Amino acid sequence: MAAGRAVLIWAALVVAVAAPIAVTATSPLLAWRDPVYVAAGFAGVVAMALMLLQPLLAGGYLPGLGPGRGRRVHRLIGVALLVAVIGHVVGLWITSPPDAIDALLLRSPAPFAPWGVIAMWGVFAAALLALVRTRLRPRVWRLGHGGIVALVVVTSAAHALLIEGTMGTVTKAVLCALTVVATAKVLSDLRIWRLLRRRGA
Amino acid sequence: MVMITPTRRTVLAGAAALAATGLMVPAQAKGLAPTRTMRGGANNYLPGAPIVERIGGGGFWMSGTVRRAGDGAPLPGQRIQIWAHTTEGHERDPHSHGATLTDANGVFRLEMPQIVPAFGQPHAHLAYDSGAFETVFLRPVMASARDTSLTADFVLMPV
Repeated sequence: MAAGRAVLIWAALVVAVAAPIAVTATSPLLAWRDPVYVAAGFAGVVAMALMLLQPLLAGGYLPGLGPGRGRRVHRLIGVALLVAVIGHVVGLWITSPPDAIDALLLRSPAPFAPWGVIAMWGVFAAALLALVRTRLRPRVWRLGHGGIVALVVVTSAAHALLIEGTMGTVTKAVLCALTVVATAKVLSDLRIWRLLRRRGA
Repeated sequence: MVMITPTRRTVLAGAAALAATGLMVPAQAKGLAPTRTMRGGANNYLPGAPIVERIGGGGFWMSGTVRRAGDGAPLPGQRIQIWAHTTEGHERDPHSHGATLTDANGVFRLEMPQIVPAFGQPHAHLAYDSGAFETVFLRPVMASARDTSLTADFVLMPV
C-alpha cells in the first residue's frame, strides 16, 4: 500500500512538473523567437515548476525524502530556482533591454510585470535569509523565510497567469494552484502562523 | 536663480490653488485632448523607419486616424512609424519597422506580418515623431492574439 502510494505521489508530481514544460516546448510561439528569448521563457517555466517542489521538500511530504533529506534537496532546488530566475531576467534583458528595464523599474505597461519583479526580489531575499540562517534567531528565520516565500508563490502565480506566452493555460493554472496549496499546507504544518500570534502575546 | 524643490505638500497646495482659481481647465473645454504617449510605447524604436508599401510579407493590417488636438481636424500626409514582434522578426529587427503616410482624411493603413505575443502581450508600437507636432508613442494591445488587424488613433498637439 505504502509503495503504491509513493509511486502515485511521485507520478503525479512528475506529471505536474513535466506537463507545463512539455506544453511550452511545443508552443507555436517558439518558431518566432530567437534562442535567447526561448531560453529566457523556459527559465521562467522551469522556475515555476521548481517552486512546486520547494514546499513539498520542506515539509518532507515526498516519499523517500523525509524532513532531513528533503531539506538538503530543498537547498539544492533553491539554488537552481535562483539560477532559473536570474536566467529568466538576463535572457529577457538581452532580448529587449527597454522592456526588461521598464519591468525592473516597475513602470512596464504590462500588468504581470510588477508581480514578476516582486517575486524576483522575494526569491533573492528568501535565498539571502537561507544563507545567513545560522546567524538568525529561529523565529526570525522561520517567519522571514516562510513569509517571503508565501509572497513569492502568490506573486509568481499572478505573474505567470497574466502572461500570454508559451506556457499552456491549463497546465500553468494547475501548476500554480498546486504550488499555492502545497505552500499553504507546509506553512500551516510548520506552524508559521502560531509564531506570528506568539509575537503579539 | 531661485530653486524651488517641490515636496508632496507644495505640489498638493499648488494644485489646490490652481483648481480654486479656475486655472486648471479641463482639456475638453478646449476641444479634443491630445493623445498621450503610452508607457513603453517607445521601446525598441528605431528613428527614421522608411515609408514602405508594406512591412515584410503582410497579412495583418495596422490602421488608425491622425487628428489635430483642439478642433479634431484630420491631418493628411502625416508619417506614422510602426513596429512589432511578428512572425517575421523581433521588435528590434530593422526589417520589423516601417512607416506610412495618412491620406486626405487623416487615415493610415499599413499591411505587415501577423503580430504574435511577445513579452507577455500581443502588441504593436506606433510613433508620430516628425517635428510639426509633439512626439507621441503608442503601444496598443490586441484583444486576441488571433486578431488580424489592430487600430490606434493619434490626436496631435501642434508644437
